[in-house]
Amino acid sequence: MRATHAPGLRGNDSIERGIVRKKALWFLGLLALLLILAGCAPDATQSPLQPAGSTAEAQKNLFVPVFWTAVAVFVIVEGGIVMIAVKYRRKKGRDRMPPQIHGNTRLEIGWTILPALVLAVVMVPTVGLVWDLARAPAPDALHVTVKGYQWWWGFEYTDQDMATSYDKALEVADVLVVPAGREIYLSLEANGGLIVNDDPYKADYQVIHSFWAPRLFGKQDVVPGRTNHILFSADEPGIYTGQCAEFCGLQHGRMKFRIQVLSAADWDAWVANQKLGGADPTDPLATKGMELFMNPLSDGRGACIACHAIGGTDAGGIAAPNLTHFGADTHSCFAGCNWDVSDVDALNAWLQDPNAVKLGAKMPNYQLSSDEIDALVAYLTSLK
Amino acid sequence: MADVAIERPTGEPETTTGLPSTKLAMWLFLASECLLFGALITTYVLYRGRSDVGPYPADVFDIAYTSVSSFVLLASSLTMVLALSAAQKRDMGRMRLWLLATAMLGLTFVGGQVYEFTTFYHEGLGISTNLFGTTFYVLTGFHGVHVTVGVMMLLSLVGMSMADRLPDEPAFPVEMIGLYWHFVDIVWIVIFTIVYLIPTGVAPK
Amino acid sequence: MASLSVPATGGRGLRRPTALTGFWSWFTTVDHKKIGLMYGVSSFVFFIVGGIEALLIRAQLASPDGTVLNADQYNQIFTMHGLTMIFLFVMPMSAAFFNYLIPLMIGARDVAFPRINAFSFWAFILGGLFLYSSVFLGGAPNGGWFGYAPNSTTDPTIGMTFYALGLLITGIASSAGAVNLAVTIINMRAPGMSLFRTPVFIWMGLVVQFLLAFSLPIITVGLFELLFDRRWDTAFFDPTRGGDPVLWQHLFWLFGHPEVYILILPAFGIISEIIPVFSRKPLFGYQFVVFSGISIGFIGFGVWAHHMFAVGLGPVANTAFGLSTAIIAIPTGVKIFNWMGTMYRGDLWFATPMLYSVGTIMMFVIGGLSGVTHAIVPSDYQQTDTYYIVAHIHYVLFGGAIFGLFAGMFFWWPKIFGRQLNERAGKWQFWVQIVGFNLAFGPMHVLGLNGMIRREYTYPASLGLTFWNQVSTVGAYLIAVAILMFIVNVVRTQRKPRGLENEDPWDARTIEWMTSCPPPVHNFDEIPTIHSIDEFWHRKYVEDHKTGTLVPVQAGAAPTHADDDGAHGEGHGIHLPSPSFWPLVAASGLPVIAYGVLYSWVVVGAGAFVMLVGFYGWALEPSVAEG
Repeated sequence: MRATHAPGLRGNDSIERGIVRKKALWFLGLLALLLILAGCAPDATQSPLQPAGSTAEAQKNLFVPVFWTAVAVFVIVEGGIVMIAVKYRRKKGRDRMPPQIHGNTRLEIGWTILPALVLAVVMVPTVGLVWDLARAPAPDALHVTVKGYQWWWGFEYTDQDMATSYDKALEVADVLVVPAGREIYLSLEANGGLIVNDDPYKADYQVIHSFWAPRLFGKQDVVPGRTNHILFSADEPGIYTGQCAEFCGLQHGRMKFRIQVLSAADWDAWVANQKLGGADPTDPLATKGMELFMNPLSDGRGACIACHAIGGTDAGGIAAPNLTHFGADTHSCFAGCNWDVSDVDALNAWLQDPNAVKLGAKMPNYQLSSDEIDALVAYLTSLK
Repeated sequence: MADVAIERPTGEPETTTGLPSTKLAMWLFLASECLLFGALITTYVLYRGRSDVGPYPADVFDIAYTSVSSFVLLASSLTMVLALSAAQKRDMGRMRLWLLATAMLGLTFVGGQVYEFTTFYHEGLGISTNLFGTTFYVLTGFHGVHVTVGVMMLLSLVGMSMADRLPDEPAFPVEMIGLYWHFVDIVWIVIFTIVYLIPTGVAPK
Repeated sequence: MASLSVPATGGRGLRRPTALTGFWSWFTTVDHKKIGLMYGVSSFVFFIVGGIEALLIRAQLASPDGTVLNADQYNQIFTMHGLTMIFLFVMPMSAAFFNYLIPLMIGARDVAFPRINAFSFWAFILGGLFLYSSVFLGGAPNGGWFGYAPNSTTDPTIGMTFYALGLLITGIASSAGAVNLAVTIINMRAPGMSLFRTPVFIWMGLVVQFLLAFSLPIITVGLFELLFDRRWDTAFFDPTRGGDPVLWQHLFWLFGHPEVYILILPAFGIISEIIPVFSRKPLFGYQFVVFSGISIGFIGFGVWAHHMFAVGLGPVANTAFGLSTAIIAIPTGVKIFNWMGTMYRGDLWFATPMLYSVGTIMMFVIGGLSGVTHAIVPSDYQQTDTYYIVAHIHYVLFGGAIFGLFAGMFFWWPKIFGRQLNERAGKWQFWVQIVGFNLAFGPMHVLGLNGMIRREYTYPASLGLTFWNQVSTVGAYLIAVAILMFIVNVVRTQRKPRGLENEDPWDARTIEWMTSCPPPVHNFDEIPTIHSIDEFWHRKYVEDHKTGTLVPVQAGAAPTHADDDGAHGEGHGIHLPSPSFWPLVAASGLPVIAYGVLYSWVVVGAGAFVMLVGFYGWALEPSVAEG
């Protein structure tokens, strides 16, 4: 850093100050670059800055101008500091006593009022959008109850025209399917407390989650004892990822979901199919799998239906994901949406020992043999 | 807080405000305590009438009994004042007498609280029974602990006075402990009013 | 202290410690300087531990689907990182500065209650050790430093019980310290030092102590409720019995937001002292800075729910807290302009303390601006609980508070140790640290804005977050290099013999520089009488008020004011509080009680007994030993 060895402290200091100035400028440039890059991480697939629905769009439109205002303030203030630092740095051979300025009341009042004005301007649309997002849903909105469990999401369609052909409500897990262009009104409920187990590590608990699909809407917490709401709509068909945003225990990082947005025609077909119960398989292996699923496992290893439900069958458990249409194309992921249903290896591994793939998973290891696993996989994936 | 009293007794180096540092510290401590009880009382009020199972306040409270023990505690404020007055007159005998009386009244109150807790417990109200049990025991229990600490300080003061180990200005520690004692009494007035006297307003389900 | 009519030693079997030097004297000291040093050293050790935790976190997140840590380990480590940095580093390091400097800067011989001071320190260190003992007793706390119920109350591991108990102990330490230091500032100032002649550092200290005194009781209640829920199955935060988990959040953030200012205001105070020294100018708008500090203190209690915008408190509450959050940005921003005004037209000497101070301002500006974007409630629905917030808090608390603390360390090192840290190494450290810092935390803005949630132990490659995470990890390790450079610098400096060429190496302004380096036990041979802000400066230079120029005072002409003369010198006849082991005894009861709460009532009784013995020994012992 010190290239020369000029005699005396002052000389060294002045060289150093030159370096300081260069470094400061370089550094400021780097900072500005970073901030500008903030907007562009082109391969990010879960970015609220690439909105795909009205709510996220409104939130982005509020953020962006505020962000650029902040950047402007940043440039002015940091630039000012750097300029002052460079211009008034102690220089060689200039031993001076600076003027003793104790303050300037007018100036100080000025720089109190100025930021206040900027903030006041910013807060007007802020308050407007706060109230707008809390508005009542449109009469034709689709109502879905979102249920947060440790550590996966369930979705129950509560509208009357979504009633199923069997005696239970239409429920899916991991992937929320909605039509494009229509307003969706989510009611958020913390669930859990349903698995009671002697082993406290295997019991699930009602805790706080937060429901967030960045490209569609900002997050709202899922609080036990309260019901929060999210109002959103999606512009285009597609798959949008989301995840729990409030720390909720061991596998908070793996509590994900997808929102699959369908076109009007696909939506109608999907609803029609979902209203049916789980179909009995025709394939012999899958039939064997169904038998395994519906009856207690041998040697007292427990039963799938204690926790899982399959509509239209005897399986009526409510503590774990509803598997009625586990094999449907829209149900693309499982177990907190961390693995694709199409990934047979992942499905096998999960059935073999859920804890090995997702530490702390509430589904126990049922000591399933590979034959049993094959049969169960065949059955579950047959549930289109 | 007897320890504080000796840290910097009156008359020691002149302070900026002219007030003894111990007194300032005691006021600041009590202000801080206000927020402690404030948060506890807030919790109680927030959960008032929200228990989903009994027993409810009306099932267990014996207002007459608690009124008497409240009166006992309030009376101890009077004896505390008399103790301070005696200390200021350097009448050590009377000071000890009134301090003892204060401590005894405080002990009576705490004893009454222990009896009350036991009775409620036998009537089926445990600390984890419902929100009422939870908030009631914790709030009044915290206060009871404060009274107990106060009694211990009063008795220590009496003991130190007997052993002739009080500073030359005996009224000072008495005044400091008195401040604490009056604070604890005042807090009880608030707690008694809110917990016992104001009805829950919500009929048990 | 003739006012006590008892034998000094008490004669109860244990002889009163008298040694002022040597190993054991550290256990019995009541000297604010020694206690300040112990605060500094022990909190720096915790800083290293918390830093190692941070490096582990960054190692885990350096690649998608990282396998350095599993979910369980990660949750413990991020929780302990937060707890350590906040409660065991920044708060006690600030306490170290306050302890060491407040008496010196206000011209006092010690704090108002030296033994309570010792008690605070021992309670802090024992609380910290108690918290860390959880690692060997079933697992560290794993519910986040914010400990949201009911996750924190239902978690089956023992960690969060340690959390509640450990924070209660350190809370007792901070409460006692707050009362002590507030009274010291109010009541122990040198003659002539009105409140508006105290340094800004003292003002910020006063505000912080009041914030502590009024916010700690609230978290104390919250922690007790949490503890009762975990240990005795009460229903405070149990939704299945009607309890409301949001109550915990209110209690926590009613403490937690003032806490943010508790962490940052000491650094503001430090750089408000340093910038004038290295600009050779008085602080621009002293009263403005003071009043903005005070108003931050007040408004700081009215913004807590901006941590809870996504909780669903309703549009009325969200609007109100959005507005109050915008308002608190104003007094915070004002200080920035005042510091700039101080530097403007100054004679700026960029020694290491000044570099760190300017770094503090520049980094805090970034954190402050991202903070303002949180007040934009609907857009905060997108940002809250993402890495954008992680970036924000680190710009404020690391770039702000910790850079400020480093500025203070370099500035007061000669004062405290009589040796000067190597300037060249210090400057290198600064540049490595600030580059590393921005590499570590700048990308977190990008990550958060692109949908990376905080507190997740891993992320899939499909989210496109890998590159910036890697940059961040590189930055974190660069910070570690800077901290290593600091440690090397310290070790090499402390090996040199004590002694400064110039006992006033920075041409300082405040009266702590009027005594020797390091100061004698009694601080000042003669307590100076104060005539103005920056008393020491005005004894060195005379200001021409018409032109605003400075003229150095002729050597020997008027270094001291006439009314200072004529009393005792050399510290003769000054009574200082004597060492005592009772604060340590009393404080050591606290963790014993806490272990008892975890394991057995008998142990609780034993701990309470130890505390009682401690307090009785304390009460019966005069503060100054006779003889």
